Amino acid sequence: MTGTIVEFDRVGLRYGTGAEVLRDLDFRLNEGGFYFLTGPSGAGKTSLLKLLYLAQRPTRGRMSLFGDELSQASREALPAYRRRIGVVFQDFRLVRHLSAFDNVALPLRISGRSEEEIEGPVREMLAWVGLADRASARPPTLSGGEQQRVAIARAVIAHPDLIIADEPTGNVDAAMAERILHLLTAMNRLGTTVIVATHDVGLIAATPGAQLIRLEKGVLVDPTGALKHPPAMPRAGRPL
Amino acid sequence: MNQMFATDAEKRLIPSSGMRGPVPLLIAIMTFVIVVVAAAGLALSNTSSVVKAGVENRYSIQIADGSAKAPAAIAAARKIPEITRVEQVAPEDLRRTLERWLGPSASEADLPMPAIIDVDLRTGSDAARAKQSIEAAVPGARFIAHRTSLEPLLNALRGLTLLALGLVLLIALASAAAIVLAARGALDTHRGTIDVMHGIGAEDQQLVRLFVRQIAIDALSGGVAGAAAAGLVIALIVGGAGYATLLSGSPPLDWNDALLLLLLPIAIALLATQVARGALMRALRERL
Repeated sequence: MTGTIVEFDRVGLRYGTGAEVLRDLDFRLNEGGFYFLTGPSGAGKTSLLKLLYLAQRPTRGRMSLFGDELSQASREALPAYRRRIGVVFQDFRLVRHLSAFDNVALPLRISGRSEEEIEGPVREMLAWVGLADRASARPPTLSGGEQQRVAIARAVIAHPDLIIADEPTGNVDAAMAERILHLLTAMNRLGTTVIVATHDVGLIAATPGAQLIRLEKGVLVDPTGALKHPPAMPRAGRPL
Repeated sequence: MNQMFATDAEKRLIPSSGMRGPVPLLIAIMTFVIVVVAAAGLALSNTSSVVKAGVENRYSIQIADGSAKAPAAIAAARKIPEITRVEQVAPEDLRRTLERWLGPSASEADLPMPAIIDVDLRTGSDAARAKQSIEAAVPGARFIAHRTSLEPLLNALRGLTLLALGLVLLIALASAAAIVLAARGALDTHRGTIDVMHGIGAEDQQLVRLFVRQIAIDALSGGVAGAAAAGLVIALIVGGAGYATLLSGSPPLDWNDALLLLLLPIAIALLATQVARGALMRALRERL
């Protein structure tokens, strides 16, 4: 039986003194699940992702990740949790003055791996995303699609327990989108929980077994209560 | 100081060109001023100590109404066991001294001259008892401690030494403030890289190490350059300050002082490193 990797209990989020951008989010995500986060622009998808990758704290409610309550956790405790999460940002957030190789190697270096342990996996990952010959190129010299692939390689290189991707196929062609989805489903089959925010219906359709999380105006749309009390679910890519 | 030995990958993360800016020059100037002011303070302190030690046990018997009573005063002084030396100042020497103020008329025979007898007391002697004995034996004689006459000079030297110390602390404080600004500026320059690294799970200590390494290098290189320039200036001044040596009876700075001054750039580099570390940690704690 799979455990719960993410649990939100009446979570709300507001920026400063503004109105709440997320309200009463109540859901649980299973370990090893594959989730698509959808909703119209301004629905609060990016804010929810920020909560998930610990860039924001909820302003109310309780939020647990990996079984630990983190809404009130000290900031010193957060890096250890962040290292278990791989994030693909919509704007890539690559370090501009580092090569593609160094960008991908960053999570491994932060986790204290030696250069000998880093070289092979990073080369392999760059080859997998089709950038073996661009290892020493810096982001400003890469196309949008190439930058996105570097961002994806960086997110998955350390084999995180949770991958969060914000529009990961937004800047790539159909063939590359398929490869990226294949990579994410492969990671999912190995036990990694995957959450993808996307508007791409084709991507959702191509991922049988994935579950939808729909946000509208900062509120979770969960008419059946399946997100609050999720059933054990199969891995993505497997027929339902 | 292990921050100075970063891996190549760490050096690539925060390019040094973005960190250096005016920091080494600023630290060089601050170090130069601190070392020169500290050297002046030490020289004043040494001079004060030498002057003070020279007059610690020295007293004068002054007899205003002439030298007739001088032999009686000398005899009285020699009877006091605590007095180790009795020596009358020669009338010619007194006249020469007076000539500085009075001109050639000081040599006129009818000018009444006081008698002055220098005496040294054994260290720890009771000067009050010696004074009482002398003044009782020779009416009109005054037993005066040299220290009393030199007290204003010693006070001035002490004040100047404290002023030098205050200036050193003030400049160190200004340097620390400049380092804080430089560290925060560097953090802002590399905000994007820091946000990415934070997001990936880097700890504050890891991020601070990247910046502190550069600041330590900047502080040490600036400090050494500033101290070298200050050393040159001090050597020129001390070399040409023969009169200072004559005044105090010893060189204005000794080897211990030189060692202390040499340690200053290292102390400044350590201070800069610690100040930068604190400033960076505080700045990072403002973020989640």
